[in-house]
Amino acid sequence: MSENLEQAVQEICQAYENDRGRLMDIVRAVQERFACVSGEALDRIAKHVGVHRVEVEGVVSFYAFLSKQPKGKVVIRVSNCVPCMMNGAERVAKAFAEELGIAIGETTDDGRITLEWTPCIGMCDQSPAAIINDQVFTYLSSDRARRIIQELRAQETPDPAKLVHKLGDGSNASDEIHSMVHNNVRQEGPVVFGPWTTGEALAKAVAMTPQEVIREVKTARLRGRGGAGFPTGMKWDFTRQAPGTDKYVLCNADEGEPGTFKDRVILTERAGLLFEGMTIAGYAIGAKAGILYLRAEYAYLRAHLEAVLRQRREAGLLGKRVCGKEGFDFDIRIQMGAGAYICGEETALISSCEGLRGDPKNRPPFPAQKGYRDQPTTVNNVETFCCVSRIIEHGSGWFSQMGSAGSPGVKLLSISGDVSRPGVYSLPFGITLAKVLERAGAEDPIAVQVGGPSGQMVGKDDFARTICYDDLATGGSVIVFGAQRDLLQAVAEFMEFFIEESCGYCTPCRVGNVLLAERLEKIRAGKGTPGDLEYLEQLGTMVKTASRCGLGQTSPNPILTTLKNFRSLYEEKVTEPVDGLQPAFDFSAAVADAESLAGRKSVHV
Amino acid sequence: MSETITFTIDGMTVPGRRGQTIMQAADEAGIYIPRLCARDGLSSYGSCRVCTVMANGRPQAACTQPIAEGMVVENDTEKLKEIRKGIVEMLLVEGNHFCMFCEKSGNCELQALAYRLGIAAPRFPYMFPERDVDASHPDVFIDRNRCILCGRCMRASKELDGKHVFDFVGRGAQRKIAVDGEARLAETDMAAADSAVDACPVGAILRKRVGYVVPVGQRKYDHEPIGSDIEARRAEATSSQSE
Repeated sequence: MSENLEQAVQEICQAYENDRGRLMDIVRAVQERFACVSGEALDRIAKHVGVHRVEVEGVVSFYAFLSKQPKGKVVIRVSNCVPCMMNGAERVAKAFAEELGIAIGETTDDGRITLEWTPCIGMCDQSPAAIINDQVFTYLSSDRARRIIQELRAQETPDPAKLVHKLGDGSNASDEIHSMVHNNVRQEGPVVFGPWTTGEALAKAVAMTPQEVIREVKTARLRGRGGAGFPTGMKWDFTRQAPGTDKYVLCNADEGEPGTFKDRVILTERAGLLFEGMTIAGYAIGAKAGILYLRAEYAYLRAHLEAVLRQRREAGLLGKRVCGKEGFDFDIRIQMGAGAYICGEETALISSCEGLRGDPKNRPPFPAQKGYRDQPTTVNNVETFCCVSRIIEHGSGWFSQMGSAGSPGVKLLSISGDVSRPGVYSLPFGITLAKVLERAGAEDPIAVQVGGPSGQMVGKDDFARTICYDDLATGGSVIVFGAQRDLLQAVAEFMEFFIEESCGYCTPCRVGNVLLAERLEKIRAGKGTPGDLEYLEQLGTMVKTASRCGLGQTSPNPILTTLKNFRSLYEEKVTEPVDGLQPAFDFSAAVADAESLAGRKSVHV
Repeated sequence: MSETITFTIDGMTVPGRRGQTIMQAADEAGIYIPRLCARDGLSSYGSCRVCTVMANGRPQAACTQPIAEGMVVENDTEKLKEIRKGIVEMLLVEGNHFCMFCEKSGNCELQALAYRLGIAAPRFPYMFPERDVDASHPDVFIDRNRCILCGRCMRASKELDGKHVFDFVGRGAQRKIAVDGEARLAETDMAAADSAVDACPVGAILRKRVGYVVPVGQRKYDHEPIGSDIEARRAEATSSQSE
């Protein structure tokens, strides 16, 4: 067994040139082979790659899909994101567990199958959903869950791919993807899903100077489509001007904000458009290399993406002398993630690409100055790159005349929850939330989470507000809650998500979120006081102010925005202490141990 | 571009040099910005967030934020004091900090900072986590109950000792310091004289057989509050100016 491990580790490390910067790929490959990265494997990897064992352990222990302890050859991960839970994810998980004869979080006695919860996998419009190894399973029910286990068990060698019997729409039915996932594009719109001609934008770009390309993107006033909304042209300008010989274009395909799944559809149907945008970026900033950081939950798309890259190389759209342009070489590789929402933060994404723990970096310097491997780097969202391609193809005027003055263009929204038409919608910025709800078929909405848990939960009073960067901002996620929903339950689940996903580097986020969740739980259990509401506001503000990165700066939002917009939900649950006694304090329970030790009852009644 | 940069802290003009952080310039000028994970001689880390200041209206860690010409920094304000108190209280409830039997008492930066900030008891509920003690090494022991995840041991081991005894494992609330071995400090090349031991601000990494050689009452922070050494520089600066 040890010889087998040494042989395998040596081969794997060599395949990545014993490069410490490729540690993510190395540990992923070892996990794939041995269902874990054991202590022995840590030693051997450290030896081959030239780092200390504890550094490798640091990486393995950071990512949810890697483990020091062995998992089953088959890992079933059931999504527990709010839209999935709204549609019955708990019943599905329970059915899996009962059929397997284990609890969630455990592995079967024969060591073959592990069952776990996992946060949002980007399938909110077709929930409940799960991933089994790399395969995605959608529209699950308890019946289907049981049948899946029965089929898995009947297989000689477990092969989740063989469990896919009905294929989805569009390219989901292709040989490379071969998945039951559906695109559910309800409104194609003119930009990302509009008809396009491969290579046309790129040819136009290389006929301009890099500065002209940047000027066009600036004139279009394109802002980042991942959620933060930084002006793309400005970001590229900074990166272009920064001193450095090896610049990088990074695409953020980590799409982890719960309720967001529009990038998943772009990767499925418009991968070429995305790669074209990355190549144009490379030309504009003077980079030779691009990296697509793909979340592990979208591994089922990898073969398809590699195929599209191959096609583009064959067509001269990637590689040496791109589009025949002398001096412009550019190629793209795919970097897989391993289960960490924080790696959607641009500097954490860079850390992960560098084979490190997905901790965000200290700023300054910003990635435009010092990013991947300390080189000038631009990190942009999948949808942003697609918009660039279309802007170069059709001109900045075509793009900026759509949308609103402060937020030009259109936005892809991924709408899920209590709507009759969940899916992806291309809608102009400036559209009201009310109109969005109408389009998606919301029956009797009482609340909408705009922008995922990092965003805000708004009620009917705010439905007249608009989707744009300066009002109701979102990277795409729109989760709709009908009248029957327990909103504080959703808030509690959002807090659980942030606690699970915090990198833990800084005090306010690592500790503060746990404290916020504790107090919310106390309130929900009917043991809160009015003072607890003030406590939540003060603590939440403290966490927002002092946290080091966007996660901690937004994680209190589910609580703070519902305190603002749904205060009565909290107020009706809290009681003023009577006679100065805290409702959370149960005197009898507190003295129970002492009573049993002393052998008599306390006289406190 | 000139070498000297002038900026203000709480309205007071502070001279600085290009490349300095707010904390470095403040230290030189004798202005104390509370901190835990920052330490002279180690790279800045930015994990504790105690040194949070307002720089041009935005919260920043003074230990990682470079100064800029004309920057307006707020340090000694009620709002920032509240935030710092909150962070220290979070640290106090996150671990198991039983000062009454800890031999670092009186030399402990967490404790001293809590006193300086006027913390009598944390406002947050104690978490009472299960943390371990590693006494395997002949000369140095680790008590993780007291670890505040500042990373000074990790940085000192790398930057001063030329080793890599400590590093972080786990994520989020499970993040903790691990040693470069299967499990125990005894398996590493840790030595009693390592700077990594001196770097620990609390009683998480201690030399064995030292104990109470210096009695309680005669320890560093028994004599003067934490930050006094930095503030003393201002007295020196003003007295040298008046000469």
